[in-house]
Amino acid sequence: MYFQVHQPFRLRKDYSFFDIGADHFYEDDKANREICNRVARKCYIPANNLMLELIDRYRGKFRIAYSITGIALEQFEKYNPDVIESFEKLAATGCVEFINETYYHSLSFIYSKPEFRRQVLKHRAKIKSLFNQTPRTFRNTELIYNNELAGFIEGMNFRTILAEGADQILGWRSPNFVYQPAGCYKIRLLLKNYKLSDDVAFRLSNRNWSEYPLTAEKYASWIHSIAGNGEIVNLFMDYETLGEHQWQDTGIFDFFRFFPEHLMKRPDFGFITPQEVGRQYDPVSKIDVPYFVSWADVERDLTAWIGNPMQNSAMEMVYAVEKEVLKSKNAGFIDMWRKMTTSDHFYYMCTKWFSDGDVHKYFNPFETPFDAYLVYTNVLNDLKHTVRNGKEE
Amino acid sequence: MKVLMFGWEFPPLISGGLGTACYGITRGLLKNNVDVTFIIPTRKGKKIADLPRVIGADEIPLALEEIPLMRSTDEVKKHLRFLPFLSTAPFSPYCTAMDETYLRISAMYSMKRLRKKDFEFTSGSVLDFTGDYGKNLMQEVLNYGLIGDSIGSRGSREKFDVIHAHDWLTFVAGVRAKIASKKPLIVHVHATEFDRSGENINRNVYDIEKYGMDNADRIIAVSHYTKNLIVRRYNIDPAKIEVVHNAVDRERQFERYRIKKNLKEKMVLYLGRVTMQKGPEYFLEAAALVLKKVKNVRFVMAGSGDMLPRMITRMAELKIADRFHFTGFLRGMAVEKIYAMSDLYVMTSVSEPFGLTPFEALLYDVPIIISKQSGVSEVLKNAVTINFWDVKKLAGAMVSIIQNDRLARNIVDRCKEEMKDIGWQNAANKIKQIYEAV
Repeated sequence: MYFQVHQPFRLRKDYSFFDIGADHFYEDDKANREICNRVARKCYIPANNLMLELIDRYRGKFRIAYSITGIALEQFEKYNPDVIESFEKLAATGCVEFINETYYHSLSFIYSKPEFRRQVLKHRAKIKSLFNQTPRTFRNTELIYNNELAGFIEGMNFRTILAEGADQILGWRSPNFVYQPAGCYKIRLLLKNYKLSDDVAFRLSNRNWSEYPLTAEKYASWIHSIAGNGEIVNLFMDYETLGEHQWQDTGIFDFFRFFPEHLMKRPDFGFITPQEVGRQYDPVSKIDVPYFVSWADVERDLTAWIGNPMQNSAMEMVYAVEKEVLKSKNAGFIDMWRKMTTSDHFYYMCTKWFSDGDVHKYFNPFETPFDAYLVYTNVLNDLKHTVRNGKEE
Repeated sequence: MKVLMFGWEFPPLISGGLGTACYGITRGLLKNNVDVTFIIPTRKGKKIADLPRVIGADEIPLALEEIPLMRSTDEVKKHLRFLPFLSTAPFSPYCTAMDETYLRISAMYSMKRLRKKDFEFTSGSVLDFTGDYGKNLMQEVLNYGLIGDSIGSRGSREKFDVIHAHDWLTFVAGVRAKIASKKPLIVHVHATEFDRSGENINRNVYDIEKYGMDNADRIIAVSHYTKNLIVRRYNIDPAKIEVVHNAVDRERQFERYRIKKNLKEKMVLYLGRVTMQKGPEYFLEAAALVLKKVKNVRFVMAGSGDMLPRMITRMAELKIADRFHFTGFLRGMAVEKIYAMSDLYVMTSVSEPFGLTPFEALLYDVPIIISKQSGVSEVLKNAVTINFWDVKKLAGAMVSIIQNDRLARNIVDRCKEEMKDIGWQNAANKIKQIYEAV
């Protein structure tokens, strides 16, 4: 089981044209603080306590992994130091693996490999300093993945990489085995079992679902039924599933509280971290993924972040100033620019669901994708302007 | 000379240029010793102005004696000699609505007749008005017409020599008042349905416009451009139409405070609703052309409207987000600020009866490029004018003005010279002459 923890630095919704060249404070401090506080209260703190409890109860047999973005960690340091503290406690148990990704939850691999490498290394350093672990497993932003990424990551000495078990890459094959990326020789590829993962993440509280209510016992029995047809089951989900996406009254915490007990009723089942999988299992075959896949939406592609003219324009604009920003050698500018590479900004500009008023709106602080785009470009224009003026001075 | 004026908005209850123009005209008339009573749908409980006297239609008692007692829809229909155009097909839904209104009034009447001495002219109106431009606009326009009946009737306390109605919203009221009072009617055309909707006009609105124009004794158009439209599209005798150009509200002239410009690049401004009528796409396409040649310039589109999402998407496609900005709808100080920050103002209207924004730009010493399809181009002959569709020429004109400060200065100076002759008092003077001639 791996849980994703991420909170973007949201931009001020009122950052207007008039602020360009005048106001260099871009972040919606209030919203960021409120959201972090809320999610910490509803999810991170109670969920971490639960995980600690389970690790304690099963004496090392309950093992999990987290990927926590650098900017989420930064916000916890700023707003909720108790969340950091509780993750540190989890790290100290030895039963928790921390996964490496881009510090800024960016799509930099697609646009700038050097920047991608820097963001990965920055995240690695952050994990080392907070949790005293050197990550050997990599997951890219939103499980975006292709052969080239796997090769690049193998080159950075990672042992395991995670991806979506999308139908278009698996075909008839099962996600419940260890694979190897095409063109790689060492690194292991773990593919998300999206059916079982989404049963918990999306369907658990859906009263129209034929399997409602989903009990830990029933769920464990589904996993048990895989025996003989697979070696591992990769359950990947947002950590916020616990208490934030699925509210506490859905029984989500109890579901996880009793899940290990039911799963481990059969002695041939247990918990294992991605890094341990990589060490203990050999790949059954190679998987060829020439095109990008992700874990987003039904399409499992990149269209949540790139594709419409606004997203493309914003993306090109932010990477076009990379060299100039880095040249400034100003840590503040560079950090701010990197925050602008966070995928969420582009997600807000997505027009795919705009007309339907889809659930995705839940994550979007902006009224419309157009508002999101305008604020983003205003901020980027100011950042560019500031970097240039800083250079002249 | 006393004028009964029908309007739809009046400061501070304004949503567009119509209210501002009405304010300018009435103030000008008062200075020319013309007494004005100004009717609007509702004052929303506020006192609007000392002069002129502004009355909300919802405060005007209906002339109940004029309305026969009716209890059934059939009776109402028989009575409906009301508004000939209402019987035509597109109006049938409104026809029903009118029936209801009449029935309601009748019911009130029959109830109140029981205590006749109580209500005479002391009761309030039974009609409610929002004075907005919402869903029930057509209903309100027709109800407003009933007020015309009342105020023109024998029992009305209002005495006047001329009736003056501003734009189609008030034409029904104007014509009803004329029929009731037998006083001459002047309709004032600030914009036609063709300016608002292009070729996809709302037939109901057109019918009311034409009804007003046909029944008026004189028509005032805000420009020759509008006069031509009225002649061509509404088949009106040009001899019946007078042109009185709008003016600038000098009282709204702010001292140009030199705001600090945050960005050193030259700034080209579009300010107006982002709708088909204003031609925002021509501004955007021209900006993209300019940016291919000149880098030291930024473009700002200020305003909101149904075309905004399309404009933002197109701007993104053109990949000029680092030089083209959107502000959304601006008000108050932000409007002043954006003018003051600008180095060039462009009005690309596809069809603009008059257009006040170029004047406002000039007040901030901003040179202007305006479309030939606007009334204001008749007045500001020294402004650079282009055909709204000629994107290349517009881009060329933008480049020459932003690169040549002397040219820019020259345009401002000469246009401001022209502006000296156009004040509301002059406009009002012309209007007064029209009153006297009818």
